[in-house]
Amino acid sequence: MRILEINHCRKQFGTAEVLTDISLSVDEGQVVSIIGPSGSGKSTLLRCATLLETMDGGEMRYLDKVAVREENGRAVYASASELKQIRSYFGLVFQNFNLFPHYSVLKNITEAPMLVQRRKRDEVVATARELLKKMGLADRENAYPYQLSGGQQQRVSIARALAMRPKILFFDEPTSALDPELTGEILKVIRDLAAEHMTMVIVTHEMSFARDVSDHVIFMDGGVIVEQGRPDDVINHPKQERTVQFLSRFN
Amino acid sequence: MKMSIGAMIQTMSEGLGRTCAIFGLTLLFSLPLGLIFALLRKSRFAPVRMVMRVFISVLRGTPLMLQLLAVTYGPVYLFDMSISRNKLVPIIIGFALNYAAYFAEIYRGGIESMPVGQYEAAAVLGYSRFQTFMRIILPQVVKRILPSVTNEVITLVKDTSMAFTVAYQEMFTIGKQIASTTTSFMPFVIAGVFYYIFNSLVAFVMSLFEKRLSYYR
Repeated sequence: MRILEINHCRKQFGTAEVLTDISLSVDEGQVVSIIGPSGSGKSTLLRCATLLETMDGGEMRYLDKVAVREENGRAVYASASELKQIRSYFGLVFQNFNLFPHYSVLKNITEAPMLVQRRKRDEVVATARELLKKMGLADRENAYPYQLSGGQQQRVSIARALAMRPKILFFDEPTSALDPELTGEILKVIRDLAAEHMTMVIVTHEMSFARDVSDHVIFMDGGVIVEQGRPDDVINHPKQERTVQFLSRFN
Repeated sequence: MKMSIGAMIQTMSEGLGRTCAIFGLTLLFSLPLGLIFALLRKSRFAPVRMVMRVFISVLRGTPLMLQLLAVTYGPVYLFDMSISRNKLVPIIIGFALNYAAYFAEIYRGGIESMPVGQYEAAAVLGYSRFQTFMRIILPQVVKRILPSVTNEVITLVKDTSMAFTVAYQEMFTIGKQIASTTTSFMPFVIAGVFYYIFNSLVAFVMSLFEKRLSYYR
């Protein structure tokens, strides 16, 4: 089943075109990694996909719902109520966590499912505790974000996203604010999710991780997809010169 | 005319209730009004933003004393009528508008200091704009602006004495009258002590609020 499909996405900031004719699709259970240098447009692409930025042209579809269609070369967004429905299909894990500092760990995870999805408190709390256990944070539900390490905060934010039962989970450089030791914690969590066939799109600078965990790797530069394919092909045997040049620094 | 210090304190105390009324009612109205001003000041509609900007600028740029005179006597000169028979009504209107203008700018500063990531996290989780503001943004803004609000509240305690300009019988106005009939400076000393004690209480209560909000960073 196709979860996400983006066709010919175009995005400009002022006169600068940051995304040019980007197309990609993600099927259920697939893990897609997006790699590339800073400023290549990978984060912007993720922000367009999660409706934090509006695309200027192109189409986007989640499952059977059209989020964006193109009319006369311009992107037209679906109605607010349809976008609300579409938002419930995806989750996003931020680079700098963006936990709510005034809420305890448990409330960070449980408020949205109760408030937005109107789920029952008992069920949501049970789900949250289960997720915290899975994240190795079973004993921290009453802590506040400032009392946690960066790695723990990021695990809470992953639990927060998962509590909404998304069909697809996006990660925007989830380890870039963490030291190497804490990075390992987060990568392990994502690996576990991949093993459970969670559908994920991961923007990352961790090349060996991208190679191990993904089904599909996309290399972006200058707002275009330069090369994509199986992880072994793209990362170990890149064909485009720009990809070779970028990856040479990692090996 | 001679008057004992004890008698002075007793007479001035009779105005303390009115002083507290100005203080309490002004806070009651200006704190929510300031938030409304701040939100209008950040409205999506440019004309609303412009009007609020000028309005706040006039309220902050002219003396409170003048505003009190304008609200109390303006309608009398212009329309030959007054806002209310109760003198307290125009005084509270003047005070509340003036303080709301200051609070509006404090709220605005607090709201603008919030990291955009908080809005984005809420948006991705499906919070509406209203839910995001009430649950995620405002509680954090309150914590951030508390020290500035304390400053304003302390100033308000002292500003209640402005009510003497419209001859409202609050503590300071009475003190002034005693001072002129007894040709003594003592009523002003007493007023100073009253204000100082009042403000010590205010500072204590505000520190309790700050402590209550110190459970997170």
